[in-house]
Amino acid sequence: MKVLLRNPRRELEITGKRSVNALLAELQMPRESHLVIRNGTLVPGDTELAADDVVEIRPVISGGC
Amino acid sequence: MVAVGSKCRVCKEPAIIDLPRHNAHFCAEHFLELCRRQVVKAIEKFDMLSKDDRVLVAVSGGKDSLAVWDILIELGYQADGLYIGLGIGEYSETSAVFARDFAEQRGLHLIEISLREQYGYDVPTAAKATKRVPCSACGISKRHLFDKAALDGGYTVLVTGHNLDDEAAVLLGNTLRWDVEYLSRQLPVLPARDGFPKKVKPLIRLTEREMAAWCIVRGIDYLVDECPMALGNKHLAYKESLNAIELQSPGSKAAFYLNFLDNMAPLLSGRSVAATDGLRSCGSCGAPTTGDLCAFCRVAEKASAHEPVPVELVLGKGRGRR
Repeated sequence: MKVLLRNPRRELEITGKRSVNALLAELQMPRESHLVIRNGTLVPGDTELAADDVVEIRPVISGGC
Repeated sequence: MVAVGSKCRVCKEPAIIDLPRHNAHFCAEHFLELCRRQVVKAIEKFDMLSKDDRVLVAVSGGKDSLAVWDILIELGYQADGLYIGLGIGEYSETSAVFARDFAEQRGLHLIEISLREQYGYDVPTAAKATKRVPCSACGISKRHLFDKAALDGGYTVLVTGHNLDDEAAVLLGNTLRWDVEYLSRQLPVLPARDGFPKKVKPLIRLTEREMAAWCIVRGIDYLVDECPMALGNKHLAYKESLNAIELQSPGSKAAFYLNFLDNMAPLLSGRSVAATDGLRSCGSCGAPTTGDLCAFCRVAEKASAHEPVPVELVLGKGRGRR
């Protein structure tokens, strides 16, 4: 699957299917500070992502004071 | 692809988000309803706003400020926006576009102030000229201009988009230092007093993740990129630490901050020296201050006399505290 990452913006190609939670764990991205969007729609942690999905992992932490 | 087993707690339709601190999943409709309910709860509990108020929302182009503006309008408040151009290179230029687009698409009024055009400096220059960390120079500038714009415009309340993560991170920092002065002032409502508007934080019961989700579900485009000058600041480190705890023990952030407000803040009431000390008028702008010149005028005086500094020259020095 194609995975879009932010801050900085970059793309990864991941082979095979896996759950949202497994993908976040694999990329060492804590669930509490990220959301996963597939085709413009949010998906929860137990969603199974297909090998041909395009997903964005969006960080939600901002450091502005 | 179908979600495995995650259904909305309310309607049993497919969920779009899991919220471990509520031990529940929600569909889009019921997630938005939860967020609205949390904002209403904060507003009512702390007597933040009334429908008669003229509200000014400090807007950065990021998720929290656009979300709080959106929610307040939805709830029927009269709210205008205030955007401050901080001159942080491309980051500021892009953030202004998000703020303007949001206002334009909804027919809302956005007031814009440019630090460079109206005060002769920007945040990178202020950081260099005053030898402050960028977050400090930025905070001093923003707070002063928020207050001034609210008072000049006849607004009765200034709203900021500080969320539960922001407040918990500040509380952690203040607690690690046992800074009683800051702890005693860390309240979601600061009442109006001479030279200061009433300031409120309606998002204190909602996390950053929930606010980003609000924007995605509502189709609000916001600036996802992080402020380049905030990278490496302590505030971010505190948030990461709290999120590590939250992962092991969902609900910890909310308990830490909201129970502080319920159990600890009353004990600290009246302990703030800054809140009770006599203030006088700044010799330059007239704003309340403890010295001859207010912090904003001291920064503006030095920074406006300094040659403009490009943002790249001060990157990675954002380790300020709020």
